[in-house]
Amino acid sequence: MSENSKFTARNLNLYYGDFHALKNINFEIEANKITALIGPSGCGKSTFLKTLNRMNDFVEGCKIEGDVLLDGKDIYKTDMSAIELRQRVGMVFQQPNPFPKSIYENVAYGPRIRGIKKKSELDEIVETSLREVGIWDEFKDRLHKSALGLSGGQQQRLCIARTVAVHPEVVLMDEPTSALDPISTMKIEDLAVEMKKKYTIVIVTHNMQQANRISDTTAFFLLGELIETGATKDLFLNPKNKKTEEYITGRFG
Amino acid sequence: MYSRGKEKTWKFFVMFCGLLMIALPIAIGVFLAIKGNALFYHYHHTLWEFLFTTTWKLKDDLTGGGQGGAAVFIVGSLIVCGLALLIAVPFSLAAAIFMTEIAPKTGNRILRPAVEIFVGIPSVVYGWIGMTVLVPALQSLFHLKTGRSVLAGGIVLAIMIFPSITTVAADAIRAVPVSARMAAYGLGATRWQVIHQIVMPAAKTSVLTGVILGLARAFGEALAVAMVIGKTPAFPKGIFGQTATMTTVIASRMAELMEGSEAKAGLWTIAFVLYLISLLFIFLIHLIAAKGAKKES
Amino acid sequence: MTEIKNEQTKDLTPSRGLIGRAKAVDRIWTVVFYLVALFFLLLLFAFAGYVIIKGFAGATPEMFRFDRNGIGNYFFNTIYLVFLSLLISVPIGVMGGIYMAEYAKDNAFTKFLRIAIETLSSLPSIVVGLFGYLIFLVATHSQPSLLAGSICVAILSLPLMTTTTEDALRSLPPSYKLGSLGMGATLRQTIQSVLIPACVPRIITGVILAAGRGFGEAAALLYTSGSDTNIKWNPHAWINPSLNPFNPLRRGGTLSLKTWSSFTASVGAEDVANLSAAILMILVLSFSLLAHYLEGRIRKKMGDTK
Repeated sequence: MSENSKFTARNLNLYYGDFHALKNINFEIEANKITALIGPSGCGKSTFLKTLNRMNDFVEGCKIEGDVLLDGKDIYKTDMSAIELRQRVGMVFQQPNPFPKSIYENVAYGPRIRGIKKKSELDEIVETSLREVGIWDEFKDRLHKSALGLSGGQQQRLCIARTVAVHPEVVLMDEPTSALDPISTMKIEDLAVEMKKKYTIVIVTHNMQQANRISDTTAFFLLGELIETGATKDLFLNPKNKKTEEYITGRFG
Repeated sequence: MYSRGKEKTWKFFVMFCGLLMIALPIAIGVFLAIKGNALFYHYHHTLWEFLFTTTWKLKDDLTGGGQGGAAVFIVGSLIVCGLALLIAVPFSLAAAIFMTEIAPKTGNRILRPAVEIFVGIPSVVYGWIGMTVLVPALQSLFHLKTGRSVLAGGIVLAIMIFPSITTVAADAIRAVPVSARMAAYGLGATRWQVIHQIVMPAAKTSVLTGVILGLARAFGEALAVAMVIGKTPAFPKGIFGQTATMTTVIASRMAELMEGSEAKAGLWTIAFVLYLISLLFIFLIHLIAAKGAKKES
Repeated sequence: MTEIKNEQTKDLTPSRGLIGRAKAVDRIWTVVFYLVALFFLLLLFAFAGYVIIKGFAGATPEMFRFDRNGIGNYFFNTIYLVFLSLLISVPIGVMGGIYMAEYAKDNAFTKFLRIAIETLSSLPSIVVGLFGYLIFLVATHSQPSLLAGSICVAILSLPLMTTTTEDALRSLPPSYKLGSLGMGATLRQTIQSVLIPACVPRIITGVILAAGRGFGEAAALLYTSGSDTNIKWNPHAWINPSLNPFNPLRRGGTLSLKTWSSFTASVGAEDVANLSAAILMILVLSFSLLAHYLEGRIRKKMGDTK
């Protein structure tokens, strides 16, 4: 295990009932880097992402073997609970999913469940979080309007603000731009690059240009196997595995 | 096959049946209004007297001159139904949450059909069990002279409206998108936090609709309440006291009174008030729905 | 990493204590929800079991007879009255549903019509009963009759039949209708020969639900159907039409009214009321279970795994 690794997966196998969804994954995710997970649909990249904050717990019949370590501590086998884990490892989903509450309440929700009650503190957190994501000026006059009235791109950035409001160590992003238009996509990509100074980011993406543009490390999944990992530049320029090459040159997927 | 006449007759019948749905509730309202009005126009009672005085001593003849204060029945209905809501709502919400959030599988396979069966149980059966089991039980439990009481009425009504509220509330909770739940779990919320901070607030409006539907059912229920509440036409002395409601007075007195008499006119007026109250509930439900829709956008 | 730690408010790091407390609260509520669910299942079983066992435990063979002392005739009246009411409510309700689904335009009038149907479905049954009393007894100077009672029950089940039919029609794939219209059939022919036959299972489920509710109806019958009954099964006695069981214009008390009248009657009627309640319970239970079963089958057929 290298010194800078945030997450380590060792001999990770995952089953949905009889279906072997992840096959013997060994993978390290470095801190303060953007790691992109690519691969065709159903390759296991989203499934792997969800093992990192145990969102797979909600999938019926899901069974996990092997180790997943966060800062050297197994997230499945130690006394760390799913709740604690998720408070450290935040998630941004494929579809923007703000709560049916005001913009303010969306951002304040995480801090609230961490026990912050004082209005002044919450106000401050809401403002810094929205600033961090670059939407404070856009939203400051309508903080108490429903978040459901925002456009898709705005909603997704709000969801990111909601995630960073609790200062997680890791932010998982599950195809965060697949439901958005090109301009919103660009904004979120810029944001992700900005965010890696503070957070470790793992992003699942369908879009190879996106992986190429923003990530430091890329991992290519196929049929539940981790085919190849490496520095993004290397992987895209000189893929070692034939399947990786075929995929990134668009021969399938 | 094609015949213009046939098409026309068919369309006429279809339209007729559609229009009947409008005609019926209107006709019911109009007829009750006409009969109920006799109390005011023919027997010269005032609306004030009817709504705000408490002596209900109308004469069972055509001369009139009795007292027609229905406040006791109105307040009686309000108290019994309010008590029923107080008992039923927490249980209904808990059952609805169980069905949707805690154990959806068991909920759908066992609890949901059970709740549907509860809806179907006839009110007289509820009343009968209330009278033969609940009333004696209350009597011995609290050392009362009789167990017939507001409390007994409230409990029986609560059991009757519990399934209606549960069904609507469960539908409302199911309609909250899964993605909102996942967002909260993703932030490290516990299931209870997700339920009471995310799901229930989001489902609030529709749950309220269910509560109003339950209240409407409680207001209109006659026989089950009549069987357990006693017949004292006075304000109840606490929850162990007896009283009468708008429906119980109609159910117990209507048959014995002379047609056209002052007393009967009074009962028709109460029936009309019941009709107006169900209109009010429908209106409320639409108002809430419209407000909820406005908030969304 | 160190940089982050400096910047963040200390309170925001996940605190074991707080999480522990939140989890404890979560566990307590989970237990509460389980208890409530369990309580209601037990209540239902206890309730249904008590009513049925108590009813049959106190019953004597005489009570089952179809004569003056037994409740057989009340049982017959219950079934017959609901049957009559369905004869009225099913055609009207189905036609009403057809109107709502296929003919009503999306305008203010239709909105009003929808509110009217809602109103009708939320009217207290005693109010509908009083309306029936007014129209079929007072205004026409008639005696209470099965017919008057069944019309009241029909009015109460109309909204259910209408909405069931409308929902069933709306859930059909549009290709059914387009296919038939495309072959040159008129809308009437399409509805009669394609759409309605496809809706039959759902409509039947609705009919069963309506029947189940009809069996237990009492408040609407209180002043319309008469609470006693006197019929003879011997055809020679039918010279007097009021003794003919199939005459809809005779008085006809039902099981639910029998149960209700024991409340007002003098002592001694208790066993009969218990038995009436038990039989009612069995009727209602079997009908709602049947409806539930049919609904499940329809869902399965439609490929809905929910």
